Amino acid sequence: MTRKFTASLAIAFLATLILFDQATAELNPYQAPPAFAFGSGLASAGGFCGALPQ
Amino acid sequence: MSDAAAPTREVTAFEGFARRGGLVLALLIAIALVALFAGGRFGMMLAVGLGFGIALEGLRFGFAGPWRAMILRREPAGILAQFLSIGIVSSVAIPLLAAHPGELTGAQAPIGWAMIGGAFVFGAAMQVVLGCGSGTLVNAGSGNPVGLLALPFFAIGSFAGAYHLIWWTDLGSLPIATLSGWQGLLVTWAALLLTAALFLRLGRPDARRIPRRLVIAAILLAALAIANLLIAGQPWGVVYGLGLWAAKGFTALGGDLSGSAFWSAPGTDRILQGSILTDYTSLTNIGLIAGAFVTAAWRNGGLSQKLPSYPIGAWLAVIVAGFLLGYSSRLAFGCNVGAFFSGISTGSLHGWVWFVAAFAGAFLGVRLRPMLGLEARQ
Repeated sequence: MTRKFTASLAIAFLATLILFDQATAELNPYQAPPAFAFGSGLASAGGFCGALPQ
Repeated sequence: MSDAAAPTREVTAFEGFARRGGLVLALLIAIALVALFAGGRFGMMLAVGLGFGIALEGLRFGFAGPWRAMILRREPAGILAQFLSIGIVSSVAIPLLAAHPGELTGAQAPIGWAMIGGAFVFGAAMQVVLGCGSGTLVNAGSGNPVGLLALPFFAIGSFAGAYHLIWWTDLGSLPIATLSGWQGLLVTWAALLLTAALFLRLGRPDARRIPRRLVIAAILLAALAIANLLIAGQPWGVVYGLGLWAAKGFTALGGDLSGSAFWSAPGTDRILQGSILTDYTSLTNIGLIAGAFVTAAWRNGGLSQKLPSYPIGAWLAVIVAGFLLGYSSRLAFGCNVGAFFSGISTGSLHGWVWFVAAFAGAFLGVRLRPMLGLEARQ
């Protein structure tokens, strides 16, 4: 068995994750923020590993 | 050269061209789909993540490996390349954060007992699996079975660590301390130079030069990390996204998160209800795995390497170490990316404390790895 098998499993994992996500959450590009946070004037609101809960 | 050999080589060249063309096309389609259905910012974040994966795998830039090389063989080049990349990012990030507060945020977190202990455990665990936050994702994408097995347990550990985060931080922590503005940048540069000088002094004289490949990788990573900050408004991170994936799975199975101050907080709940294709760290994590896969598949014979054979105890050790990587990195407010790379480059003092604690843990991890059956005993 070679890395082709395990690398394919990693891609299958990603595909499953995205399919599961799309089955449980909706996307709406019309509610998307501006392309760049820099210069947008909006407060940063993404999740980050260094942040305490808000 | 025989007549029969020529068409065979031609077909092989065509197959290689088709394979590489297909890989590039698949990446462009993925970026376009995310931009179209989620929004332009999210498409760009996937592109940044793919860039991270391609740069790390393609130029063999890592964190765990260079730390191991320094500890075992006194080779400082890889760590010096890490400092170079952090220094470049800090030159842009620290002044920008001072000029655009709120719009841009740094990887700033408090120093505390759990943070120091978490960083120590992370440093040990990343030497056991020879993969850090970014390294585990890149290894999984390039078909390394250790990285692939560690990844889901890394995600579960990150979820569990965040679940208990407030209990751990209540053990005691200092207010957040940052190096900001031009003075903060000068202090960061001075600290990076002093630390680099220390590693140069401790390193073997014949192993001090940074290879060109690592210099290029350090510059590329810095450019991508700056792009991450400008697009997302926050620095490059890894472990938050992994915990989010596990949290989504937990709730889909009927799990209740109301008992966790972290996962039930309004800001976190909003992200939990949304798609991972609108979460920055999830997008860069997906890009890291996919970018590493594409880079490995791009190389002729890149995925033909045989899988290693380890005793069952070694695989169990990978599972435990994977969980500990996730759990400890939440207590430490980040991994080698979120705390060390992004913390120091955005002026957070916790990044420096993380580095000292994690490097001390790496000494333990280097010794644990052969004992756990993951390499020949020395």
